[in-house]
Amino acid sequence: MAETLEKNVVEPKEPLFGKVEKKLLKDPLNDNNPITVQVLGVCSALAVTSMVYPSFVMAVAVVFVCGFSSLLTSLVRNKIPPQVRMIVQLVIIATLVTIVELTLKRFQYPIYRQLTVYIGLIITNCIVMGRLEAFAMANKPWRSFVDGIGNGLGYGAILLIVAVIREIFGKGSLFAGSPLEMKLIGTTPDYFINTMAEGSWFGWYANNNLMVLPAAAMFIIGVLIWIQRSYNPKLVDIS
Amino acid sequence: MYTTKYIFGFVFIMTSLVALVLSGLFMGWKDQSAINESIFNKRAILGAVNDHLGGKDAQTMGDEEVNAFFDKNVKQIALDMSGTELKADDVIKAGYKGGKAEHIDMAKEKKKDEAERIIPLYIFDAGQEEFYIVTVIGNGLWDNIWGNIALKSDMSTIVGTSFDHAGETPGLGAEIKDNPTFPARFKGKKIYNEAGEYVSVALVKTGAKADDPHGVDGISGATVTAVGVEEMLKRGVKYYEPYFNSIKTTKKSGVRN
Repeated sequence: MAETLEKNVVEPKEPLFGKVEKKLLKDPLNDNNPITVQVLGVCSALAVTSMVYPSFVMAVAVVFVCGFSSLLTSLVRNKIPPQVRMIVQLVIIATLVTIVELTLKRFQYPIYRQLTVYIGLIITNCIVMGRLEAFAMANKPWRSFVDGIGNGLGYGAILLIVAVIREIFGKGSLFAGSPLEMKLIGTTPDYFINTMAEGSWFGWYANNNLMVLPAAAMFIIGVLIWIQRSYNPKLVDIS
Repeated sequence: MYTTKYIFGFVFIMTSLVALVLSGLFMGWKDQSAINESIFNKRAILGAVNDHLGGKDAQTMGDEEVNAFFDKNVKQIALDMSGTELKADDVIKAGYKGGKAEHIDMAKEKKKDEAERIIPLYIFDAGQEEFYIVTVIGNGLWDNIWGNIALKSDMSTIVGTSFDHAGETPGLGAEIKDNPTFPARFKGKKIYNEAGEYVSVALVKTGAKADDPHGVDGISGATVTAVGVEEMLKRGVKYYEPYFNSIKTTKKSGVRN
């Protein structure tokens, strides 16, 4: 009796991309950013951000893995025995990461060589597993997917901001290694500003090697957290 | 609650599915991935003779172009430690199916006993001149480092180098690859001194003298990697000495001409 009753209740039709989905997608970009607010996934954010192009590839990979692992986990969430749920999540993540790795090896070999270790380390990226445990295990597939994509984007956004700063000041270029490569400031004539040119106003300038080191990423992320907190009242502790 | 049987069944089905998908992908893309890897290596080898490619740049050449250029202008031979040229069968016996020098995996060779190693030698024909490109491997701070060293036909003067690494620190050890001025420092340096003795090239910490033919500037902040590069050159290039000596003697006695 109870069962039939439940079936008769007509659920209000929800739009495919309603308020909830928008919030899921937007929140990780600012109010609940995985790196600057939750301080997750910092390890890879320090390591890969010395240049924009590898960071971009890394960001795309994490968006893909995060989105689809949330989707897959959510699809089978009611079938997963709780005793082995972590293992199941890990297998799903590892599968997707391996797919990313094989794809890069097949289509973008040079970048694969540059990122090998870090692509594998997406498996242990706390953001991915964190979203599965916190969201996908308890929500419907579509919303979980959007949540995963949102968190991947939040991570990727910080990665790109840090990488742009580090590459400009550390190497004097942007998107080096990709077809979009821009040479901005350096010591040879093919740079936009050639510091070695005669009568150049930038003769004093030298690339800052500290920016290439992982430590620079930590300072930049720290400053980003500071800026974000001073602008976003929601993040300030009122205690 | 879930029964043990259910749990085992669930895990079994899931892992089988995953294994099927991944092995399918791997097998399907294996050939192209291998081609990508070989082009990547060929580009690195050509990078060592970048000044002599007839105005081309190994980094900006297309994949097909690298392949065609390499196969047309580079002769590859596999050597053993006594300097004897190996036949394709011997290379296959050493564990490399392709049977050519380019198939030799230096990281694998590094794990073998020194006396059993086999090494690739690439002879680049630039028209008027021949260059000998040797491959060396050694230890950096975190992982393997390796490089290709191009020598003039006197087998002593370096005309170019290209280095790579598996996991050196960006900004420090990784400069051997990222900083274009590092490989360029070796140009014109000599492996042998005037008396014909083997001295190799050292990385000098406080900066090498401009006229020192056996020293280049080190990398600040990356002492271990620099020591690794130095050791790798000293040991790795010497492996080719027996073969170089045999060429030199045949050249002197005029048999080759």
